[in-house]
Order: sequence, then C-alpha cells, then structure tokens
Amino acid sequence: MAHDKAGKTMEGDNMRAELASPIFRLNTLARHLGVSCSLSPPSPMESQFPNQAIYPSPTAGFSGGSVFANVVQAPEDPILGVTVAYNKDPSRMKVNLGVGAYRTEEGKPLVLNVVRRAEQMLVNNPSRVKEYLPITGLADFNKLSAKLIFGADSPAIQENRVVTVQCLSGTGSLRVGGEFLAKHYHERTIYIPQPTWGNHTKVFMLAGLSVKTYRYYDPTTRGLNFKGLLEDLSMAPSGAIVLLHACAHNPTGVDPTVGQWEQMRLLIRSKGLLPFFDSAYQGFASGSLDADAQSVRMFAADGGECLTAQSYAKNMGLYGERVGALSIVCKYADVAVRVESQLKLVIRPMYSNPPIHGASIVATILKDKEMYYEWTVELKAMANRIINMRQQLFDALRARGTPGDWTHIIKQIGMFTFTGLNKEQVAFMTQEYHVYLTSDGRISMAGLNSKTVPHLADAIHAAVTRIK
Amino acid sequence: MSSAMASVALLTPSATSLSLRENSKRIGFGKKHGHLLFKGKASGRVSMTVAVNTSRFEGVTMAPPDPILGVSEAFRSDTNELKLNLGVGAYRTEELQPYVLNVVKKAEKLMLERGENKEYLPIEGLAAFNKVTAELLLGADNPAIQQGRVSTVQGLSGTGSLRLAAAFIQRYFPDSKVLISSPTWGNHKNIFNDARVPWSEYRYFDPRTVGLDFEGMIADIKAAPDGSFVLLHGCAHNPTGIDPTPEQWEKIADVIQEKNHIPFFDVAYQGFASGSLDEDASSVRLFVKRGLELLVAQSYSKNLGLYAERIGAINVVCSSSDTAARVKSQLKRLARPMYSNPPVHGARVVANVVGDPNLFDEWKQEMELMAGRIKNVRQRLYENLSQKDKSGKDWSFVLKQIGMFSYTGLNKAQSDNMTDKWHIYMTKDGRISLAGLSLSKCEYLADAIIDSFHNVN
Repeated sequence: MAHDKAGKTMEGDNMRAELASPIFRLNTLARHLGVSCSLSPPSPMESQFPNQAIYPSPTAGFSGGSVFANVVQAPEDPILGVTVAYNKDPSRMKVNLGVGAYRTEEGKPLVLNVVRRAEQMLVNNPSRVKEYLPITGLADFNKLSAKLIFGADSPAIQENRVVTVQCLSGTGSLRVGGEFLAKHYHERTIYIPQPTWGNHTKVFMLAGLSVKTYRYYDPTTRGLNFKGLLEDLSMAPSGAIVLLHACAHNPTGVDPTVGQWEQMRLLIRSKGLLPFFDSAYQGFASGSLDADAQSVRMFAADGGECLTAQSYAKNMGLYGERVGALSIVCKYADVAVRVESQLKLVIRPMYSNPPIHGASIVATILKDKEMYYEWTVELKAMANRIINMRQQLFDALRARGTPGDWTHIIKQIGMFTFTGLNKEQVAFMTQEYHVYLTSDGRISMAGLNSKTVPHLADAIHAAVTRIK
Repeated sequence: MSSAMASVALLTPSATSLSLRENSKRIGFGKKHGHLLFKGKASGRVSMTVAVNTSRFEGVTMAPPDPILGVSEAFRSDTNELKLNLGVGAYRTEELQPYVLNVVKKAEKLMLERGENKEYLPIEGLAAFNKVTAELLLGADNPAIQQGRVSTVQGLSGTGSLRLAAAFIQRYFPDSKVLISSPTWGNHKNIFNDARVPWSEYRYFDPRTVGLDFEGMIADIKAAPDGSFVLLHGCAHNPTGIDPTPEQWEKIADVIQEKNHIPFFDVAYQGFASGSLDEDASSVRLFVKRGLELLVAQSYSKNLGLYAERIGAINVVCSSSDTAARVKSQLKRLARPMYSNPPVHGARVVANVVGDPNLFDEWKQEMELMAGRIKNVRQRLYENLSQKDKSGKDWSFVLKQIGMFSYTGLNKAQSDNMTDKWHIYMTKDGRISLAGLSLSKCEYLADAIIDSFHNVN
C-alpha cells in the first residue's frame, strides 16, 4: 500500500485518496440514508458531541489523515482561561479578577521577601544537590507541614498517626488522596459543596471517585445554607467521603462559624463519614495561621480519621513552584505506615517523586524561627490588604447607590467574593468594562487595588442596573 | 476490605480493636483472608457504625518497596564501608558524589539575579521551555516544528510526561494497547496500569547473545493489532543498554508504518548515550522524517542533572498544525485535574541553558564529560572482568551496551548475592548503573560479579 510519507501528494492523489477514504464513503452513505452526521475531522468550531458524530476508527490508516482525527478542541479551562482572555485584551483599563493570585497595591505579582531570602540561601549553598527526593517528598517539609496544619502539639502527630506526603500543591494533593481512596477505601463517593472550586469535580472523577454534592451556598442570604448542608450530609451513605474547605471557601468566601463546624463534626463522626479537607488559604483568611486551621484541628483532635490537602501557592506565594502536602490522619500508627506505603504506589506511576525547589523553600522558612516570624508578618499584610479591598469596594458601591445588599462583600472571607452577579452580567462587565472574572460571578479581591476599585464599582453598578 | 474487618467486630463483640489488628498481622490481612473471616453479609452501613474503634484503612496492606527507588533506601541503611549503590540511574562523579552541572548553577544564579516571579505557569507549561525542548529533540530546522505540527506540553520529567500521554491514549484510543519491550524500565507497566491502558510485550533482550532479539521484536510488532502504540526507547535502552542499529531502526519504522502503529518514544538519555545530543535523537528524527505521527516523552533528569526538579515534556508530532492544537488542548485537559500546571523552576533552568548559545555549548561539553566518564568506567570494568575471570566467558557486552546501565545477565539470586555478600546495591533484574561506579571500584565490582555469576544459582 502506497503510504503518504511526507504529507505531500499530487492533487490527483489527494482526491483519489479522499474518494477512497472511509470518511468520504461513510459520508456518502449517510447522505443517502438521510442521516445527519459529521464525518470529517472536526474543526474547532464544530460541535463537540461525539455521540452524534461517527468518526472512522483511528486505526483506519487512510492516506493523508491523522490518527488524532477524532480529537476535538477542548475548551479553555474556565478559571485559568480567564487570564488567557485577559492577556489577549489590548484595553488599558482591563482588570484581571479571575485567578486567585495575589497582587500588590501596585497590581504586581508578589514574591515574599522571606521567600527570596530562602531561595538565595538555597541557590548559594555549594553543597546543595538535585538528587531525586524520596517518592513521599522532602522529609523535613512533610513534618513541618503537618505541624503547621495540625498544630505542633497535635496528639495525632505525636502518636505517629499522621502520614504526610509532599504533592504538587493543592491539586496534586487532592488527586493523590482521591486515587488512594478510590483504590483502598470501600466508599467511592465524595460529597462536594455546592458550589465549589471548578477543578474539584474533575480531579476526583479522574481519580476514580464518583462525585455528589451537598448544599452549601444560599443565594438568597448570600451566606451558608446550614440547614441544607446538615440535611444532605445526613442523607449521605455511611462512610462516604466529604470534601470540606478548611477556611475561606472558594468561590463563595462563606465559612461556617466555630459552632457550626462543631455541629458538622458531630454529624460527620456519627455517620462515619470521612472528612477530606482542602486547605489552600491557611493564614490568608483571617491573617492567623492557627485560627485558619481551627476546623481541621477540631477533627484531627477527636481521634477520628481525615485527609487534608495543603497548598502553599497562596500563603507563601509559591504558585508556580507547586508545593503542597497530603496528610492522612489514621486511627493507629501501624495503619499510617501501611497507608504511606500505598500512597507511594499512587505517586510513583504519576510522576515518580515531587519537585524539590518549592518544598526546600518552605522547609527553610518553617524551620527557622526568625524567617517563620517574618513570614507571618508578610502573610498578615497580604490578608489585611484584601480585607481593606473588601471595605473599599463595599464603600464604593454604597457611594454609587448601587441597588442591592452588598454587605456580603465585607462578610465573606478570603481571597474571593461571590458577587451574586449572573452570567449575563459577568459577560457584560467583561465586554464593556474589560473586567475579567469567572462566569459564576466570583471575583478575586487579591487582584484589586485602590486605583481599580472605582472602575470595578462602576462596572458592577452598570451591570446590576442595565442587565437583570 | 475494612468493611469485612468491621463485620468481624459485629460478629465477635468481645474482639477488641487491638486484637483485630493483631489478627490481621498474624493472618496477613488481604482479600483472601477477609473472605475467610467474613461470615455473613453484614451491610457496610451497619458494620461501619459499630466499628468505631477500627480504622477505615485497617485493610490496607503494606506495599513492597519500589524495586528501583527502594534500592537507594536499602543502600542508605547499610553501614558497611565497601557498600556501592548501583541502583538508581543517577550520575555520580568519580568521587561518587552527586553532580550539579555548572551550567545549571549559572542558570540558577541568573534567575536569582533577575528576580523573576513565581506566578502559575499556563497548564501546558513554560512557553520558552516548550519551544527549546522540541527544538532540542527534533532540530530547530525540522519541518514538523516549522509547520507547527508539534504539540509540546511540559510534564513532570519522564514519568509525568509518560503518564499524560497514557491518559491521552486511554481517553482517545480506548481500544488500543501499548507494546512495551521485554524487559523495560520497571515503572512503565505501573504507569500504563494506573492509566488503565492495556499493554503487551514485544521481545527485545536476547539472553543468549546478550543482544537484541531483532527478529523477535519485529515479529511481535507485526503480530500486534493495527494501530497499537509501540513504546520505543530513543537511545540507551533501560535496563539493557542495547540499542537498535540505524539499519534496524529503519526496519522497525517499516513495520510500524505497515501496521499503522503509533510510535511512542521514551527519551530519557538524550546526550548520555553517545555524548552527542543530535546523534542520540536520530531514531526519533528518522521516524518524524517519514511523516509518521508519534509521541515522545522527554526527561532532563539525567542529561541536565535536574532529577529532583521534575522537568520533561510530552511531544506529539501530528499530521497538521490544526491537529497539534487540538491534541495540545486535550493534554491540558488531562493535566489540569492532575496537578493544574507544572513547576516553574526546572523549566526556567532548561530554557536558560538550552536557549542561550554560550550555556548550551558549555552544556554540550559537560554532557560529553559525563558520557565519557561512563564509557571509561565500562572499559575498566570490562578489562577487570576479562582479566580476573578465568572461565573464558565473553564480557564484551559491557562495552557494547550503551548509556548509564549495564544488563549483567545476573538473575535474582545472583543479584541478591551481590547485595548480601558484597554490599553492592542493584536492581533484581541484574541491571547495574555505571553512573554510580568509579574507576577505583571497578575491581571490587568485577570480583563480585564473577563470584555471583559462577558460585550462585
């Protein structure tokens, strides 16, 4: 069979090849049968519904075709895609409130001073090597991370019941935890709050779990639907996994009170549900590392088991370094040992062992009293700036007489505000005011500064008054 | 499994959680034994509320240590002075010290001076890195690159890039399998298993000749269903060190084209095999020249010594730029739920080294030195073996094999002897990493190999 080796053929050859090709023949047949189906390799514009289209087998091997003919263009990630769109916009008044990356008052990304110092130390250390880390990651980093989230005096840690493995930031920790549970846990359903971070569902599904939701956000109060939450968790099958945002719920910024956390804990323990904490904002929500870990510590302290995914992307500004940790609090120390051995089997075929750079920075800072203190100061400054932005935005909307109750802006916690704006209003704001945010109405307060608050307030005002 | 344990608690109320655990240790808890203990069909729901004192992970069994990475762990625990670590393929100097390349140190200092930020990379990774890595692999003037037909996504070194590709295969080619060489790197099977991609083996190593079973390889590739993925080591085959000749590569390409198979290269040693970056990429470039669509996983762990930074890439060479764009978008869709976006540090180092003509030249020189040291070690080992072994056994395979490793032909018992008696750590398939060997230790190693080979069965 003459194979088109270089993709270059005479025009005649091309046409002959096309006529003989399965695509053409099937298309012809379809037309005769009056069946509507698309058989050409899909263009990016085409509908991405493979169950309606028939594609020739990738192994058909027709000349000039591609084995990847049935690979359709995936849409941009809804969150990260906002930045992509923002970058393309030539307007000078554009504002990026999409992804949760901290910006200074000058609108610039920030690398913490203490991080720079730590990095200097590492890079200038002549005895530093780049040998593979163990599969579970940098040992110091793991110990220090566990202490950070569970508290240095945590009985669970002291009893060696906590296994901690370094992972690729929050996402990686959730994925490794999810895959571990899918392999070793008898209940393969995870309950996630409604709404939650856009990537949660995909992470857990690809890990092999099935995903259900529990009520969380109440749009009428713009607060917590606590009754709905308790009802839904009560109905979950015993042993089901429950995803909990440790603090600064993403995207709503709505957190349970301490009293509500306690009620949740009692319910979760009585039903034998397995809590899986996502802790991406420790220190960022209130400015206090301990206060922001309270929910996790309540569960870790009651003798029960839980999983925790930690991220240093935001609180140490190490976004691109991908630093995080997965901790599993087990009932017994010998269980923890076995669990660790099985976590390695999940990690090894995924990426073998984790990246060293970010973890070494974290370990350097956490183990040095003075650097740790410096970190807490810088962290508090970031958290305070965000709280300040909340107040400014609230004041600006009030000053404009923007219709609606905007107190949720100052009540919500953390990097994000769930504005309550709908899709159309969001699209309007992007189109007319070049304000970029996710279509669920979530804005990243970290992307605001005193100069851009008025522009955002204008945009919201216009959206609310002109689009319903 | 833990529900079975919990059911025991239900049936035997006197059993405390402590004795349950003791039982599990004695019996060796696993599915089989869980079945023995499990008397009734107690529903999971009921048993979970009773077994408040049992861990949900009680039934989790102890996993064995990783056959490759676990070797280093064992080595570290050994206190004997004569110990030698020939397990993992990590380059060591003649003083048996880890080596950070000078160009890497320079690049890191430059990066520090520039004070770059640590923002998230795009899902597909650092653009500058993706550009130079494809060019390094295929040649900057390769028509495939110039026509925009190569989609490159930064991955977590070789493993991560292979895993992304495997996930892509699982999603878009659910009926296809991957053919892997027998033997191959131990982690390949794990990657495809976890990605739920079926695999089968093609003959590769011929123990009789200690060379390539070329006919077996061709026959097995031919016998596989059309449109299979064929995993090929671009150079310096791991673990055997046996590479096809250029003529053999042509024939492999012939049969792959004939069967409409999709070549899937694992390139972890570009530059390390021969010392030349271009020469080591010639197998991949041969296939690309033929107009084939193919996948290539790259790693910078060894050739830039960036092991722990986890830097690599998955490249998919497609028949059109439109296809390449679509493929890239789907690879991103698989990376996002795995780790969102890749780590920036290693990518910047590579981009700086490969993208700067001076650093790139300097790198080539360091590369030649590293590869050269290994060739010297091979030579010395061969000489020692030939001189000391009076049996007349042909040890020339040590010289013929390429890259970091030597496949000694020692079996598991013999490999154990190497460790137990001689404190030489290696993988149980008989593979030794010459990168971990110094000239001064060649004699000791030769003695150990000769002893294990002749005196152990």
